[in-house]
Amino acid sequence: MANLKLQQLTKVYNKNEIAVKDFNLDIKDKEFIVFVGPSGCGKSTILRMVAGLEDITHGELFIDNQKMNDVSSKDRDIAMVFQNYALYPHMTVYQNMAFGLKMRKQTKTEIERRVNEAAAILGLKPFLHRKPAALSGGQRQRVALGRAIVRDANVFLMDEPLSSLDAKLRVQMRSEIISLHSRLQTTTIYVTHDQTEAMTMATRLVVLNHGQIQQIGTPKEVYEQPVNVFVAGFIGSPAMNFFSGSLTASGLKIGDQYIPIPAGLLPQNSSQDIIIGVRPEDMYIESATPMFHTEIEAVELLGADTMINAGLGDQPFTARIPSSIAIEPGQTLPLSIHLNRMLFFDSQSKNRIF
Amino acid sequence: MDSLLNSIFSEAFLSPIWVSLKIAIIAGIIVILIGTVAARFFARKQFRGKAVIETLLMLPMVLPPTVVGFFLIVIFGKNSWAGQAITWLFDRPIIFTWWAAVIAAIVVAFPLMYQSAKSGFLAMDRDIENAARVDGASEWKIFFFISIPLASKALISGSILSFARALGEFGATLMFAGNIPGETQTLPIAIYIAIDSGNMVMAWLWVIAIVTLSFLMLLAVRVKE
Ligand SMILES: Nc1ncnc2c1ncn2[C@@H]1O[C@H](COP(=O)(O)OP(=O)(O)O)[C@@H](O)[C@H]1O
Ligand SMILES: [Mg+2]
Repeated sequence: MANLKLQQLTKVYNKNEIAVKDFNLDIKDKEFIVFVGPSGCGKSTILRMVAGLEDITHGELFIDNQKMNDVSSKDRDIAMVFQNYALYPHMTVYQNMAFGLKMRKQTKTEIERRVNEAAAILGLKPFLHRKPAALSGGQRQRVALGRAIVRDANVFLMDEPLSSLDAKLRVQMRSEIISLHSRLQTTTIYVTHDQTEAMTMATRLVVLNHGQIQQIGTPKEVYEQPVNVFVAGFIGSPAMNFFSGSLTASGLKIGDQYIPIPAGLLPQNSSQDIIIGVRPEDMYIESATPMFHTEIEAVELLGADTMINAGLGDQPFTARIPSSIAIEPGQTLPLSIHLNRMLFFDSQSKNRIF
Repeated sequence: MDSLLNSIFSEAFLSPIWVSLKIAIIAGIIVILIGTVAARFFARKQFRGKAVIETLLMLPMVLPPTVVGFFLIVIFGKNSWAGQAITWLFDRPIIFTWWAAVIAAIVVAFPLMYQSAKSGFLAMDRDIENAARVDGASEWKIFFFISIPLASKALISGSILSFARALGEFGATLMFAGNIPGETQTLPIAIYIAIDSGNMVMAWLWVIAIVTLSFLMLLAVRVKE
């Protein structure tokens, strides 16, 4: 059990390639925190700095208030699940899980007890004497988790542990990892590029882009109050629609389309040019007093919902409507937007202003 | 037939074989140890001048054996710093001794071991070593329990190749260690001398011996792959 403090953590590769910049974060004891961001944004680099596998260029790392910058990996008491599992291919499942305990000089009976306990939790008992090559992807994933949990370490680090599993197994392992965490209560940093995974697993999430923190918050905060265009577009599936438009005294102009909006729902003191964000589920069909009419270009049935592609003031968007309403491409629909859920971003800084 | 058997079991026939085997085994062990450690070091570390050092280590593979012999004589000769140190320590120069033959074999066999071992260490997933690091293993334990087992195929074939190369070394050995029967007269040198003096029976026997040995070793490398 431990709390972590990451202070101004920075990683520079080859003298001038900045992979992570001024990363500041306090992680509380027992917390399950998720780092999410597109591939190449520096998630693994941060995790590797915490694990001691990568030198920290600037900044400080504290685990339980002890500075860790110069402590070697083996002395940090951290357990890690690697993206490609990195199992020891020449050892059996049992030996894979026992290795870390052996290195930490546990007694033979203690090793046996802990490995058997972890194997029971993860359903690995029948495979203890197999080598990793003779296991399925899901079983290897469990061995990687097992190798981490037997250690009873202070901190768990997981680097995209589910990315190579198929969709169904991924959903199952997600909830297994969550229940494992609620049972062991080990402080965990979980890294993923998959925003759905991040939203469903995190108690707090950290959204990253280009090696910098964009936003830290609960999944709900990040979804409902994204700080900028990047976060708004990255979190949520299908992604938020963005329109560039201009403000008038009593509404918005998007292309040649004018949308009247009550004054209280518009940003004040902003420059005229603005980016408007609308989630696909915040648009609806309204026959009586629609805000605009639009011609449907494409229709995609997802089950209960249907995604439609159309344009507003010549700017394309996607809307999610119930499948109970029959819609054909080419048809013209009357649409409205839930005005209180519209988000407004500065067109220069891309930060949310309202 | 009897005379052939007599030749085979004669001291004259067996002596160069023993000399060669002894030299190749000692040189092979040294090359395997240094080659493995050096390969792992260079496969994992990046630093200035690394390319130059690696090229120097590989150079004996392409240089004419006489050039290698020339450098060995210059480096370990009477007037050099290393030569004088050895003379002071052992009361005699190293040139024209059994150890000189071992050194020549080490220099020419090293590149084969190094190259093979390094490709073995480069081919493995480095996160497996990192996993062991996080699991609490020291760098030496990682080397012994993870890196060596995972690179074992490349290490074994490198070992066989470099041993075979040590066994076949001729030019540098002749220049640096000479041709002292029972001490530095190796199989390849004995064959050269036999042909030179018209002793075709002995030449044939030695040739068959070394071809058989080398064939078996290369076959072992093939089977391993
Ligand atoms: N060893 C390295 N040398 C140079 N650049 C690296 C190295 N490792 C990662 N990078 C760079 O750092 C950035 C962040 O990489 P990474 O942390 O792996 O991203 P993520 O895990 O979010 O996909 C990338 O631009 C990547 O190319
Ligand atoms: Mg990564």
